[in-house]
Amino acid sequence: MSRWQIARLIAGKDLRIERRSKVLTNQVLPFAGVTMVMFAFALDASNVLERVAPGLIWLATLFSLLVLVQRSFAIESDDGALDALRVAGIDPVAIYWGKSLALALQLAVLEVVLLIAAVVLYGAKVPLGGIVLLVITLLTATCGLACVGTLYGGLTAGFTGRETLLPLLVLPVVAPVLIGATRAVESALGTDGVALSEGWPWIGLLAVFAVAFGAGGALAFGPLIEEAT
Amino acid sequence: MTTPTIPADNPTSNDSASIRVRGTGTTATRVLGIATLVTIGWLVAFGLGFSPADRDQEDAVRILYVHVPTAWLAYLAFVVTAGSSAMYLFGKKHSLGFDRVAGASAEIGVVFMALTLVTGMLWGKLTWGVYWQWDARLTTTALLFVSYIGYLAVRGLGGSHEQRAKRSAVIGLLAVIEIPLVHFSVRMWRSLHQEASVLDSDGDIDMDGLMLFSLFVGVVAFTLLYVWLLLHRTRVIAMEDLLDDQGLDRALDERRAEATT
Amino acid sequence: MEAEPEVPNPPDAAPHLVVALDDAVAVIGGFPVLAGASLSVVAGEIVLLRGPNGAGKTSLLRLCAGLLPIARGTGSIFGLDLATERELIRPRVGMLGHRNGLYSDLTVAENVAFWGSTVGATNDEVAAATARLGVDGRLQHVAVAQLSAGQRRRTALACLVARRAELWLLDEPHAGLDAAGRDELDAVLTQAVDSGATMLVASHELERAGSLAHRTVDVIAGQVHDGGNES
Repeated sequence: MSRWQIARLIAGKDLRIERRSKVLTNQVLPFAGVTMVMFAFALDASNVLERVAPGLIWLATLFSLLVLVQRSFAIESDDGALDALRVAGIDPVAIYWGKSLALALQLAVLEVVLLIAAVVLYGAKVPLGGIVLLVITLLTATCGLACVGTLYGGLTAGFTGRETLLPLLVLPVVAPVLIGATRAVESALGTDGVALSEGWPWIGLLAVFAVAFGAGGALAFGPLIEEAT
Repeated sequence: MTTPTIPADNPTSNDSASIRVRGTGTTATRVLGIATLVTIGWLVAFGLGFSPADRDQEDAVRILYVHVPTAWLAYLAFVVTAGSSAMYLFGKKHSLGFDRVAGASAEIGVVFMALTLVTGMLWGKLTWGVYWQWDARLTTTALLFVSYIGYLAVRGLGGSHEQRAKRSAVIGLLAVIEIPLVHFSVRMWRSLHQEASVLDSDGDIDMDGLMLFSLFVGVVAFTLLYVWLLLHRTRVIAMEDLLDDQGLDRALDERRAEATT
Repeated sequence: MEAEPEVPNPPDAAPHLVVALDDAVAVIGGFPVLAGASLSVVAGEIVLLRGPNGAGKTSLLRLCAGLLPIARGTGSIFGLDLATERELIRPRVGMLGHRNGLYSDLTVAENVAFWGSTVGATNDEVAAATARLGVDGRLQHVAVAQLSAGQRRRTALACLVARRAELWLLDEPHAGLDAAGRDELDAVLTQAVDSGATMLVASHELERAGSLAHRTVDVIAGQVHDGGNES
């Protein structure tokens, strides 16, 4: 089977498991929603929330990313499936692409829900002209986040005491995505009077990030999961 | 029991049998150590004494004689870690010596990064009244600092020396992708705010001859200090690895003895 | 290497060494789980690994699967070096460890199909594997999480069958199976060997596994001394 076919097989497997277990819909989405509510409690002033809505959306996304990555690898190490994947001699790059793809799709759903939550809870407004920028931001940022998450998730998978390492490793690395995606969404929504045109340079940054970690991650994933005993 | 000595500064030495260590000092490190002390002495003399106080910042500028060199060294340490990681992964022999250099450099680098951040905060408080500024350099250094703490945590995950080396080398090289991305994103971010980059402390400040010279002495002194620390720490790591190997030998003997009882 | 050992029922004319370990040492957390394992296994053999708990049987199997790195000594599987060519060894090996390697939220059929697809098995082969282990019919559409331990074991074995491995590494495969299941397992193993597979079985079921195996090897305190075929 070609690498791409195996990746699709693995992505399909992950998504099928999600469909059965409904962890995303029943646990992670509510968690993200609660986070958005918590932000409102913490940031008390009246019109602050609408101004910082883009940032809060991406913050909630990052926290949920950590949870989703843990889940993505928990299903593997639960019954020793990660070992089985390694013994099966499946190309690690295919595993990486497959799991990243499944993670990206789940993240995308999460981000759309968070956007809706921001509109509802914070009074954010979505102008029609900004939709294209919004969608492209979502796509590029999600790819970058999924790649980084799968990479470091593989490193920290399956051993007690290694899961706490995941946030420490992931958050500094995804800082550029947080910065870029927030600025791009601010332009798309016109928050604080930011013009639409200012968002596009940030898309460039997000795209470079996604490509760099998509490629770098594919190379690094094999050696990293190799070294679990 | 034979007393060990290390072959001088040989990063490609993989064979634990050839590492016999009494202490980590050799002629090279002693010479280096003396040179370091001398230049640090110069730095103190010039930095605190001979060079003049700045017009605007007065004596606060003296902090820069430490802050700028430590910043330079933090990045140098990062480059050395990345380079050694690459040499380990892509070298034919996968020599563990490179892994040890990478680890030692990261540890020293973390210390220098912390120093950079602290001196930067002190300088900022004295000159501009604020401890922290979200300028590109400080922010990137802060993120680099956290990344290196993560790198050191990965080094501590356990397993054989080869496993540790491979894992850390991969993480170290990923930082090479990560740090420029962080740097550019923070730069783009701060340029939006168009504020005077108050802590952009090299070149923006009008330094006259003696001040520039003190800065230069500072860079040299700290670089020598870094090399000295790197040599010692790498050798200590080699000794720790040697101890692990000897521990394994003992454990093997014990286990083999179990079978005959 | 040793001269070719005698094999009771050689399936091919020129037996070759599938497993060749020479004083292999493997370490986990600083502890030598294998402290010198020497083992030679020829194609088509079923070798029973016998030894007390903690002797290193599981570690030996994991070493042969390429999951545990070899720290000292030499070893090769199918002639491929364990130190440098583990990725080439793995696709040809199938391991059934203490855990089943199944996805608990998926059904039996989906699990077997997934593991079979990784080697390109057809739907017929997957169905045959499921039927062989008695987990077809109503059971195949049940999520693994809802199965009993024995049923999960059978499912894991079905996945192994679907993968058509050349070297089977089985860690206490009879554990958890009822009498019928054990008989079926023996039949499956015998059939696989007749088709050319080689097997290493670690088991405490000395009578049953012993009658199945061509020979027995003792694992004590992480060491295995095996010079070839001795019954």
